[in-house]
Amino acid sequence: MSGRSKGLNGWLLSSPALILLLLAASGPLLIVAVYSVLEKGDYSGVRWILSGDGWFNVLFQRDIFDQTVSLADANLSIFWRSVKLSIATTLITFAFGLPTAWFIATRPPKSRALWLFLITIPFWTNLLIRTFAIMEVIRNQGILNTFLTWTGLISEPIQILYTDTAVLIGMVYVYLPLMVLPLYAAIDRFDFRLIEAGYDLYASRWQVLRGVILPIIRPGIVAGSILVFIPSLGAYVTPRVLGGGKNMMIGNFIELQFGQGQNWPLGAALSTVLLLVVLISLVVYTRVTSKDDPRG
Amino acid sequence: MTKQIAIDARNVGKIYGVGVHAVTALGDVSIAIEQGEFFTLLGPSGCGKTTLLRCIAGFETPTSGSIHLSGRDITYTPPNERPVNTVFQSYALFPHLSVADNIGFGLKMQGKPAKEVKAAVERVLALVKLEDFAKRLPQQLSGGQQQRVALARALAPQPEVLLLDEPLSALDLKLRKEMQSELKRLQTETGITFIFVTHDQEEALTMSDRIAVMSAGELLQVGTPHDIYDRPVNRFVADFIGETNFVEGTVEGSAVRIGTGDLLDVTLDGHSGGVTLAVRPEQVSLRADGSGIAAQIVAATYLGTDTHYTLELGDKSLLVARIQSNSAGGMRVGDAVGLHIDAGAVQVLSA
Ligand SMILES: Nc1ncnc2c1ncn2[C@@H]1O[C@H](COP(=O)(O)OP(=O)(O)OP(=O)(O)O)[C@@H](O)[C@H]1O
Ligand SMILES: [Mg+2]
Repeated sequence: MSGRSKGLNGWLLSSPALILLLLAASGPLLIVAVYSVLEKGDYSGVRWILSGDGWFNVLFQRDIFDQTVSLADANLSIFWRSVKLSIATTLITFAFGLPTAWFIATRPPKSRALWLFLITIPFWTNLLIRTFAIMEVIRNQGILNTFLTWTGLISEPIQILYTDTAVLIGMVYVYLPLMVLPLYAAIDRFDFRLIEAGYDLYASRWQVLRGVILPIIRPGIVAGSILVFIPSLGAYVTPRVLGGGKNMMIGNFIELQFGQGQNWPLGAALSTVLLLVVLISLVVYTRVTSKDDPRG
Repeated sequence: MTKQIAIDARNVGKIYGVGVHAVTALGDVSIAIEQGEFFTLLGPSGCGKTTLLRCIAGFETPTSGSIHLSGRDITYTPPNERPVNTVFQSYALFPHLSVADNIGFGLKMQGKPAKEVKAAVERVLALVKLEDFAKRLPQQLSGGQQQRVALARALAPQPEVLLLDEPLSALDLKLRKEMQSELKRLQTETGITFIFVTHDQEEALTMSDRIAVMSAGELLQVGTPHDIYDRPVNRFVADFIGETNFVEGTVEGSAVRIGTGDLLDVTLDGHSGGVTLAVRPEQVSLRADGSGIAAQIVAATYLGTDTHYTLELGDKSLLVARIQSNSAGGMRVGDAVGLHIDAGAVQVLSA
């Protein structure tokens, strides 16, 4: 009796949150899913007629003249670039983030707060502005090329802007703090005496890193990788500004369908694909990284 | 047959920091520890015990002097290349590895084949009686069990020397007593040289083959528990090991006249002039008939088997006597008694 009313109360109390969650999170997803199976409107929007064209166009294209079906190479290369750049961003932010987080976590407690504060300063400025700043650094007449020419290392400016490298540099810069912070939290909890225990038991520096440090700070590595990989995969501003028009990533491609391309069902299908890719990578990633965990 | 020397520290000094912040942790320590010995470093907090141990393990490099292991100079050898293992005070077990993997860690790092590691782990698990816990994680064990895993992990690679830095200090009294005998058994069974750090003098006396008493970065005395207890070289050692009464006196002929005017016929060992006598409470006996040095009982503490009597002598100085409770019959606070000192056992120190 009391248990039942308690359960009922619980539901009543949490109903505002549940309704909000349902509307704000599931609602848009549902709309996107529905749009992906409707027919494309003449100029924009959708016609309320069931159609598989949206999903078909994710991977295939039909020739307008002879109606032959072929793989949509352009789409595939955009997917591949997105995945490739996101994985590279995750790996590079990890390579830079680990020493950075280690450095901060080994400072005296007083100066740690200052270092963490410095790490978060870029968040104070708008993403667009930060991205334009990067552009200013890497463009042909920018700081980097001017400096390299001045030192005599190069005679011609290197074309970095509007390449995949530019996009990569921008994403690494933007997402590095998202890697550093969870890594720092994990290293902060790490018991440094375990390093001595490792050396004492005949482990080399490399073996201590691989066999002791990395497995113990793994939760931080997983969190940081997820925090970097997911927004990288859906990045919009960075590839738009630094990649120019041609080095599109999924985010730009989706925007194109809702804007100029005026193909809402394809845009909706692409968004759903992005969501699924993220979910599947999350599952695979957490599975793989927890494989040899005795806590299982 | 002379014993082989396992660890030979020669004039080891260690200074932390530079300039005004410099701290001398070890002054000039020379010590030769024999193979298969249970050797204890004993001393008050901050005297440099951990520092000496860390120099032997390789975590610190001495600022001066050298350290030799079985005749080989290892002063600058990194810790992972020394056949020396440490049982850390904090245990420092790897939280992500099972008990078995913790114990096998050292052998695995040495590149031993998996089969050999497995066999060694099983053997050591049996040695510390933890066979049923092989699959558990360290945090699923009690403090005493974690302690045993730490011990097993350090023993598994069969080091030449095992270093133990106050390994028992985190355990409660009962477990501590158990682990003391366990440690002693393991040392005898494995024949490995143990260098054990403690600031508990009782622990040092019961477990060690030899003890080194340290103070402020210097070795004061090295010897068997009997040597240290019965023949302390100075007041510090006598005070640190067991309870001691210090009685001032002056040498007169072959005896020492103390403050009360009484003469004590002690073994002088060449001392002359002003001396201090170290008198253990159990070397004092009391006579109800008043013969001997006149004294008055000012306090009595009943400790079960023994009773501690605080006595005031004629010159107002105080002396503690430990008397077996059942032979003390009838002596009360306020009673005047006669006091005898077993002069043959008294140690004479320079004043
Ligand atoms: N890393 C260090 N930097 C500066 N001084 C240190 C360092 N480690 C130890 N000391 C100093 O060296 C001296 C000896 O320290 P050590 O840890 O060897 O003492 P200990 O005998 O092990 O004491 P305890 O019984 O408290 O563990 C102390 O004065 C200590 O403050
Ligand atoms: Mg210490």
